Amino acid sequence: MNINATLIGQTLSFFLFVWFCKKYVWPPMVNAMQERQNQIADGLAAAEKGQQAQEVAEKEAAQLISEAKSQAAEIIASAEKRGSSVVEEAKTAATSEKERIIASAQAEVEQDVHTAREGLRTQVSSIAVAAASKIVDKEIDESAHAGLIEDLVQQLKAG
Amino acid sequence: MAAENGELTSAGYINHHLTNLTYGRFPDGSWGFAHGAQEAASMGFMAIHVDSMVWSLGLGMIMFIVFRSIAKGFSADKPSKLQCFIETLFDVAQDSKDSTFTKQAKNEWIAPMALTVFVWVFFMNLMDLIPVDWIPELFVAMGVEYMKIVPSTDVNIALGTALAVFIMIIYYSLKVKGPVEFTKELTLQPFGKWMIPFNFLLETVALLAKPLSLGLRLFGNMYAGELIFILIATMYSAGYFIGALGGVAQLGWAIFHILVITLQAYIFMMLTIVYLSQAHEHH
Repeated sequence: MNINATLIGQTLSFFLFVWFCKKYVWPPMVNAMQERQNQIADGLAAAEKGQQAQEVAEKEAAQLISEAKSQAAEIIASAEKRGSSVVEEAKTAATSEKERIIASAQAEVEQDVHTAREGLRTQVSSIAVAAASKIVDKEIDESAHAGLIEDLVQQLKAG
Repeated sequence: MAAENGELTSAGYINHHLTNLTYGRFPDGSWGFAHGAQEAASMGFMAIHVDSMVWSLGLGMIMFIVFRSIAKGFSADKPSKLQCFIETLFDVAQDSKDSTFTKQAKNEWIAPMALTVFVWVFFMNLMDLIPVDWIPELFVAMGVEYMKIVPSTDVNIALGTALAVFIMIIYYSLKVKGPVEFTKELTLQPFGKWMIPFNFLLETVALLAKPLSLGLRLFGNMYAGELIFILIATMYSAGYFIGALGGVAQLGWAIFHILVITLQAYIFMMLTIVYLSQAHEHH
């Protein structure tokens, strides 16, 4: 076991290696490790944030849904109301229309009856005139008159 | 196996395995590779263990190549298993620093230094698990006489690393505390100003004990482990029965050694951090 210059060589090598390690090996490695640590921390924080945001969004969504439901119920109720009022209006309109139609139909019927009566009256008078003229023409004949009057009556009945 | 005198003995085998490939200045002034332990010893301080240095630097470079490639291809979303493992190592280094240093003592160099020390020492120790003959035999076949592949079983490597830690302790003590407070710390405790020489002696021993114990602990553990691997390896030449026994022994020791090498690397890193945190503390 000789102590010799190897001792000095090793000492110098040691300083050289430590310097090299400090200069070229340690910083990139440690920086990369630090960077990843930050990345992980950021990722976890982002996940946390995302979860919170999701919770908030879920609450909002639930609120929106309940609001929408109540709105829908309101809309349905008002629509039902309007529907029934429309039906009611239609009913009253139909009733008044019906009455109007009936009234006009009655008036028409009365008119027709009136016209028919007038026609009948003129016909009766003309028949009467015709019958009178015939009587005048043929002189008065009892049997003939009877037949004539019968004929007249028949005509009246037909008219 | 290239025994010292061409003859294969257990002692020669063990000696061969414990000798570094040494390049240095011979006593006559010429430079060259030492042939044998005696020649290496005769070179004194002006010699270098080429194998230890090459393996030490090579393993360090492998470490940084892996780190750099992981850092460049860093994927935050789909990390590979290797990336996860290396991230864990970075975390271990950072956590060890954070748990030892007080909040006020900010030093950006400690955590990278801890990482380097831990992984580098671990890699050097890891070479211990490669069967003792494989790589030395390969190099002998290639004409290189000695090849000791576990740098941390070389006392120079262990103490050299500890020396670097010691220099850092002194540097940060002076930088953070300032020369005055550092000197006070070395002289005015534990016994007050009337015992300054004694205090200084005590504190100096305590200060010097830090790098020495740090380096020698690593060296001692790894050297002993390596020696036991080599001793087990000598059993292979002693017949089938003892050879088989050696196989079992090597397996058991290797499994146990996985714990030892990891623990030693971790202890080395932790103590380095603790010593440096003491250098940052004000009393």
